Amino acid sequence: MEESYSEEVLRTDGKVGSKERRDHIKARLGFDRLGHRVRPGLYAIGSPGRGSMVLVTANYSLSFDAVRSCMQGRNAYLLVLDTKGINVWCAAGKGTFGTAEVLKAVEATGLKDVVDHRVLILPQLSAPGVTVREVKDGCGFKVEFGPVRSEDLPAYLDGGACTEAMRTVRFNLRDRLVLAPVELRNYRWGLLLLLLAAWLVPFYGLMAMVLTLSGLFLFPALLPYLPHQDLSFRGMFLGALLVTPFVLYQLSSVLGTLTLLAVAAEYLLLVPWLGYLGLNFTGSTTFASRTGVKREIFTYILPMALMAVSGAAIAVIGALGYWGGWF
Amino acid sequence: MELTIGLEPPSAVKPINTLVFHPGKCVNCGLCLQVCPHRVFAPGERRVRLAKAESCMECGACQRNCASGAIEVESGVGCAAAMIMAALKGSDEVNCGEDCCR
Repeated sequence: MEESYSEEVLRTDGKVGSKERRDHIKARLGFDRLGHRVRPGLYAIGSPGRGSMVLVTANYSLSFDAVRSCMQGRNAYLLVLDTKGINVWCAAGKGTFGTAEVLKAVEATGLKDVVDHRVLILPQLSAPGVTVREVKDGCGFKVEFGPVRSEDLPAYLDGGACTEAMRTVRFNLRDRLVLAPVELRNYRWGLLLLLLAAWLVPFYGLMAMVLTLSGLFLFPALLPYLPHQDLSFRGMFLGALLVTPFVLYQLSSVLGTLTLLAVAAEYLLLVPWLGYLGLNFTGSTTFASRTGVKREIFTYILPMALMAVSGAAIAVIGALGYWGGWF
Repeated sequence: MELTIGLEPPSAVKPINTLVFHPGKCVNCGLCLQVCPHRVFAPGERRVRLAKAESCMECGACQRNCASGAIEVESGVGCAAAMIMAALKGSDEVNCGEDCCR
C-alpha cells in the first residue's frame, strides 16, 4: 500500500470519530501492523492562511490523529511525511522520519507556494532523524522542535516555548502497559499451547500461564518498583517471587524426591523465562540505551540459558521417574 | 579538557553509554537542550553542561544536531529483541521486525 504525496492540500479537522477509534483499537491490539496509515501530504486544519503555522508529523494514523485532535479550533497546516505508517520516534530512529523525507515532503507538496513564512514545527522526538541545519540548507525552512507529546501542543503554541516537562519523555503506568496487548498477540500461539498444557497438567499449565501473563502485564506495571537496574534481573526477581506461592503449595502437600525435582525445575525454567521477557521489554521502554542492552544481553543470556536447560533436564528426569516409578 | 563518560578506566566500571561531550567545542547554541528527551544536558553560562550523562539512551538526536561536533555518541536501538534477532541472522544491522515498532 504505497501512496505518493498528495499534490493538493487535503482537508481535515480536529475530530476523531468512531471509525478512527476503531482503527486506534486495532492498532493497539496489534492487528494489521502496517495498515494504520494516512495519505502523506499537506493537510489544512480549520481555515489556514499564508501566515499559518506548519506542523509536521508521521503518517501513522495514531500520530496523525493525536496531532490534529489537539489542534481543534485552530488554523494550521499539517505536513504529513511518508514514514510508512510508523510513529515519529521509531521512524526517526530508522531515518524514515528524517532530513531527506522532510525535504521531499516540502518539495512534493509545494509548501513554499502555500505559506509565506519559512518555519516548520517538528515533534521533538523526530530529532534523532532530522538535522536542523540540513533542512534549512535544503529547502530554506527553519526547524523548530515542538513538545514531545502532542497533548502539550496547545500550551506550546500559546506560550511560544516548551517547558522542561514538555521536553522530557515519560514512562508512566499507561506508557508501560500500552504495548502489552501487542506482546500478548505476539505470544498468542505459545499461550494457546499453555492452555492445552493447563488442560493436560492443570497445576503446571496454570503456573506457566500465570507467570507468562505476569511477564507481559504485571512486569511492566511493577517495573519501577522491582529491584536492580537491569530489566533481566527485575524479570527474574518477579519470576522467583511468583513461582514461590505455587512451590509452597506443593511442598505443603507432598514432600518427596519428585516434589523437590519439580520445584527445582519450576524455578530453573520460569525464573529465566521471566528474565527473558524482562530483557525483551527493553525495546518497549523510553530509556534503554544500546550499550546498556548489549551489556545486559552478554551478562544474562548465558546464565538464563543454562538455568533453562538444566531446568528442562530436571523436568525430563522427574517425568521419566514419575512414569518409571523410580522414586 | 575532555569528559568521557562510561568508557573511562578502570575497566571494572561497566560502560553505561557511549556519550562523549567535548566542552571545548561547544558554542552554546542550545540545540542539544531542546532535542534531548532525557534532559542529559543543562544550560550553562558559556557552554552547556553534561548534567545527567547516565540518563543518555543513545538516540543520537544531540550529536546529529550539534554543528560544532562537541557531542559524540554511537546511536542505536536499545532493543534486546532486535539485537538478538540481528545476532541470530548474523547481520550487523539491528532492525525492528514487522511486528514491532509502529
